[in-house]
Amino acid sequence: MLTVNRYKCGYCGACVGVCPAAALELVETWIEVNDDCTKCGRCTKICPLGALELVKEAQT
Amino acid sequence: MKCDLVVVGAGPAGSMTAKAAAEAGLDVVMLEKRQEIGDPVRCAEGVSKAALKKLVELDPVWISAEVKGARLRAPDGTEMVMSENRAGAEVGYVLERKVFDRALAQDAAEAGAKVMVKTRALGLLWDGGVPSGISAQFVGESLKIEAPLIIGADGVESKVGRWAGLDTALKPKDIEVCAQFLVQDEKIDEEYCEFYLGNEIAPGGYVWSFPKGENLANVGIGILGSKANSGTPIRLLREFMKNNFPEGKVLEMMVGGVPVSGPIETTTADGVILVGDAARQSDPITGGGIINAMKAGVMAGEMAADLVPKGEVDKESLQIYEKMWRETIGKQISRNFAVKEFFVDLTDDDLNRLIHSLDGIDVAELDLRGLLKVLIRQNPKHLLKLRHLIV
Ligand SMILES: Cc1cc2nc3c(=O)[nH]c(=O)nc-3n(C[C@H](O)[C@H](O)[C@H](O)COP(=O)(O)OP(=O)(O)OC[C@H]3O[C@@H](n4cnc5c(N)ncnc54)[C@H](O)[C@@H]3O)c2cc1C
Ligand code: SF4
Ligand code: SF4
Repeated sequence: MLTVNRYKCGYCGACVGVCPAAALELVETWIEVNDDCTKCGRCTKICPLGALELVKEAQT
Repeated sequence: MKCDLVVVGAGPAGSMTAKAAAEAGLDVVMLEKRQEIGDPVRCAEGVSKAALKKLVELDPVWISAEVKGARLRAPDGTEMVMSENRAGAEVGYVLERKVFDRALAQDAAEAGAKVMVKTRALGLLWDGGVPSGISAQFVGESLKIEAPLIIGADGVESKVGRWAGLDTALKPKDIEVCAQFLVQDEKIDEEYCEFYLGNEIAPGGYVWSFPKGENLANVGIGILGSKANSGTPIRLLREFMKNNFPEGKVLEMMVGGVPVSGPIETTTADGVILVGDAARQSDPITGGGIINAMKAGVMAGEMAADLVPKGEVDKESLQIYEKMWRETIGKQISRNFAVKEFFVDLTDDDLNRLIHSLDGIDVAELDLRGLLKVLIRQNPKHLLKLRHLIV
């Protein structure tokens, strides 16, 4: 799952611009992730502040 | 709500579009998702004096500083100075974009455009397979605006093109990812915009220091997305500060991304035009996009005023815009893209050698293109690949 650290994010929209699935949206000061995310990781690499992370979903 | 033209985004591209179209008589609505136009800033704020003068009447309230030129520093510390007074120079003014962007929006409003802030475009409305307007959220309430033509001026995070089926997603190698501090320090050079090159300092990009007034500068870093990793820009910027402005105080910070993809395949679809960063029209070498965004905005706005009343808004009719921007600003964007593709892979030794090759040559009066020409003359073998581009 893609997680956004809202305390780190500088709401710049760079991640939105690179997402191949158009899964991200910048709403004023926060980033929303929708179900189209394919967990490709592209956005996590380009985030200038390192606010995005792909984390393994908890096993239930 | 109904109008002739919806402009999405109130940055320099959107405001110039809205102004040009409204002046020519169209009923224009410009949407901006932020509650304050221009804020937060995502820019180092450097522009060419000559180019800006041709587009807008200068107002000292949005000019922070005027510089004498640019200083380029090689990885080994060798410096090279270029003066500003050449037409086409890359630097000249450092703006206050919070004020500048709002002033451009005000110009659009004065020309007759309706401006709506805290209004986010959510998608296109469709009618018989062609876009017929925009669905939006206005301060949390849903809103539909019908219009035959939509101009996407929605910046690096642009969605308008994607809604219309254009794939504008940027590959990591086609974006510079940036971080910037507004720095207070006595060491700041108030007269020159400075550029620091080097693979350790800024892989595939550069560090800049653009003066903003007494002891104040935008000090920032851009790194090629394909050479970055999570958080690289902020980490390297802090490192640069430690090495160069250890006493510097940070009064503001910001992050951002600039497209450096070169011209994309298409910037038009039925009923849709893209301008500015949304159309990836920023310069691939410098990352400067204000001037191109403004120029493209004027072209798109004027064209819209001509085509909308005639009902000619299908993709084919909009090719006039496509052709016009590619034949003007597009030429330099293409050329600089090719130059960038070459430069990003140079080693520090290569970069040092290039700058040393200018020893004893007066480059003070050159612009970027002139400088490249001299570099090619001095390093014919090394820069063979670039020769056909710069003649
Ligand atoms: C760190 C950094 C440094 C830079 N330095 C320089 C420089 O020194 N000189 C220079 O010339 N250029 C510079 N640039 C580039 C420059 O900032 C851009 O090229 C310029 O802002 C592009 O203008 P624009 O109008 O196309 O887009 P923007 O200025 O990004 O405006 C787009 C607007 O659209 C709005 N928007 C987006 N989506 C929606 C939606 N769905 N609904 C409503 N509104 C929406 C956004 O909120 C934004 O206000 C820099 C960029 C960065 C990131
Ligand atoms: S790239 Fe990073 S800092 Fe910028 S909006 Fe996305 S998560 Fe936030
Ligand atoms: S992980 Fe990939 S698909 Fe998911 S939001 Fe990031 S860039 Fe988009």
